[in-house]
Amino acid sequence: MSNFIDLFFNVGIMAQAWPLLLKGLIITLELCAVVIGLGLVGGLLLALGALSPSKWLKWPSVGFIDLFRALPPLVLLVFVFSGLPFAGLELSPFMAVVVAFFLNNSAYFAEVFRAGIQSVPKGQTEAARATGLSKAQTLTHVVLPQAVRNVLPDLLSNTVEVVKLTSLASVVSLSELLYSANMARSVTYNSSPLILAALIYLAILWPLVRLISRYQRGLAVH
Amino acid sequence: MRFLDTFFDGAVMAKYLPDLLSAIVTTLWLSAIIVVGGLALGLVLACLRTLGRWYLTLPIVAFADIGRALPPLVVILIFYFGLPGLGINLSGPMVLILVLGGVLAAFAEEIFWAGLTAVSKGQWEAGRATGLSFAQTLFEIALPQAIRMGIPPLVNRALAITKMTALGSVIGVKEILAVSSSAQSFSGSATPLTMAALAYLAIFLPVVILSRLLERRYAWAV
Amino acid sequence: MLEINQLEKSFGDTQVLTSIDLSVKPGELVFVIGPSGSGKSTMLRCCNRLEEPTSGSILLDGEHVTACHGAALDKMRLKIGMVFQGFHLYPHKSVLANVMLAQVKALKRSKPEAKARAMEMLEHVGLAHKADAMPSELSGGQQQRVAIARALALDPKVMLFDEPTSALDPELVGSVLKVMKQLRDEGMTMVVVSHEMDFAREAADRVVFMDGGVVVEAGTPEEIFGNPKSERLRAFLSRLHPSDA
Ligand SMILES: Nc1ncnc2c1ncn2[C@@H]1O[C@H](COP(=O)(O)OP(=O)(O)OP(=O)(O)O)[C@@H](O)[C@H]1O
Ligand SMILES: [Mg+2]
Repeated sequence: MSNFIDLFFNVGIMAQAWPLLLKGLIITLELCAVVIGLGLVGGLLLALGALSPSKWLKWPSVGFIDLFRALPPLVLLVFVFSGLPFAGLELSPFMAVVVAFFLNNSAYFAEVFRAGIQSVPKGQTEAARATGLSKAQTLTHVVLPQAVRNVLPDLLSNTVEVVKLTSLASVVSLSELLYSANMARSVTYNSSPLILAALIYLAILWPLVRLISRYQRGLAVH
Repeated sequence: MRFLDTFFDGAVMAKYLPDLLSAIVTTLWLSAIIVVGGLALGLVLACLRTLGRWYLTLPIVAFADIGRALPPLVVILIFYFGLPGLGINLSGPMVLILVLGGVLAAFAEEIFWAGLTAVSKGQWEAGRATGLSFAQTLFEIALPQAIRMGIPPLVNRALAITKMTALGSVIGVKEILAVSSSAQSFSGSATPLTMAALAYLAIFLPVVILSRLLERRYAWAV
Repeated sequence: MLEINQLEKSFGDTQVLTSIDLSVKPGELVFVIGPSGSGKSTMLRCCNRLEEPTSGSILLDGEHVTACHGAALDKMRLKIGMVFQGFHLYPHKSVLANVMLAQVKALKRSKPEAKARAMEMLEHVGLAHKADAMPSELSGGQQQRVAIARALALDPKVMLFDEPTSALDPELVGSVLKVMKQLRDEGMTMVVVSHEMDFAREAADRVVFMDGGVVVEAGTPEEIFGNPKSERLRAFLSRLHPSDA
């Protein structure tokens, strides 16, 4: 038991690793901000494309979405980081992560937005257009607000997934939270830094996960 | 043409095809165990939760929350590098099965549970009023409806988690990504990475398309 | 046949039923009326223990319903058929499978036997031709008749109806009432909570008026509708037919 505490919950080592993990956390948060922001924008555009009446927009969008939903994000990341340099395109780890996860996330966010937009009854659009709103105005003032509300739990759970996903950046040596923790582990031969990282992830994500469950319960009742 | 040589080099493809094929088999059996085990465990947990005993509900909810909030890679590293310190040596595939199976179980429990709470009270009462026991009502009436409601999200979640078998490359599991990464560094060509991407597409694209069909079918059923 | 003695029920601090006494004789149709919230459903649901009575006893053929637990309670419920306002057919099972389920699982009948009995009961409610349909393909009136068949197939000694026609469009009410009337004529013991006063006049042996969780008045339909004694009953009836007054 004391062995267990010593190896996994060693407060001394955790304290030692704390500054390093904090730096890693900041990079993780930066990464999240960029990736979530880009993913939301890309996802919305893709969703609009996938729902477009024009087949020239529709099928490329659907193809893009399905392609990047089928590829594991880590494979994308390795491909972008180690494969693209062969084509003369060398990216920093941070940029490689941003590009790879943008491709992955925008596909996932697109599916959520698409479901949301489809959940808004057609009559809403017709009513808005009948009152003289333009297509764009109808979308931003009438359809999207309802769409987002209808899929809020899914948007949230996708956001949680993105935060978790950023831990994969450690594989390409981007010194985000998990990379820093694993670094500290290999230096100290002690798993406490990994546990500390896990606790930090939990502190950020547990409240969100609870919220999602509450939301889903609320939807189920109706 | 340089592009083709770099990413679609026929000689490299032929050379590494056998390795890749055995890696595909590894990915497939790992995925199968993770999906079957994870769904089964999630189902059992959701059923236990219906008993409404706090000493069951509390650990189940905690497990489901933590499983959904922690990045799997963190847990994988803790299991793989931390547990040997306690004399527990798990192989790479074992770690992958335990962690990803557990994560899928956490999500599946929530999905089954959301389905069970969405089955109306009247269904339970109709079952009990016709002399069915609690267990019979659960298995014959509530659970079939809950599972039906859960199929589209379960397929999506199972897909997302089986794609994470690529994380095995970090702990020496000879699955598709690991084999093609090492082939890439040996051959000095990006072609093995292309092969990996194609292999993943061959496995997962059908599932993505299946999930679209399912979604449409279940949308009609409502 | 069915005897309710000194039944009391509270939800937390609010008392919903107060010393209810009611005894239903074999073959009798007892009709229960009363304003919304008077405790009619609660009383009915106590009879098969979907609600747990706070005190009092309920006997079916001299056996204590209130003393049963676990498997014994499940057995007891087989003898008490219940029909709900909202039908509650199982949406994932065909009409036939709805009627067979409890026969096979709770009554342990063989499948062919259960099927034969189910078809017989569906025939009885005029829906044998819908045996293979899914509940969602039926009208409300048809669904309710299937629900009646589902209960009848278990050979209950008494049937409880909780507002069986309240969720139905007016033109579908008749088909369900017809089945109930037929059931009564065959000698089934029934307790019916409903607002169909015409049906009560025609088919009830006894009418019970509840208000505020107590039985205020009971008697033949003629007594209750023709010569109401209590002020509360008069007020209730006049609210039902403001134009008659
Ligand atoms: N589960 C419950 N928890 C708390 N109060 C309840 C519950 N069920 C019923 N009640 C209360 O008990 C009282 C009687 O309800 P009940 O459903 O038996 O009335 P009812 O006579 O069937 O009315 P209605 O004609 O509207 O169906 C009501 O005041 C109701 O609010
Ligand atoms: Mg009622």
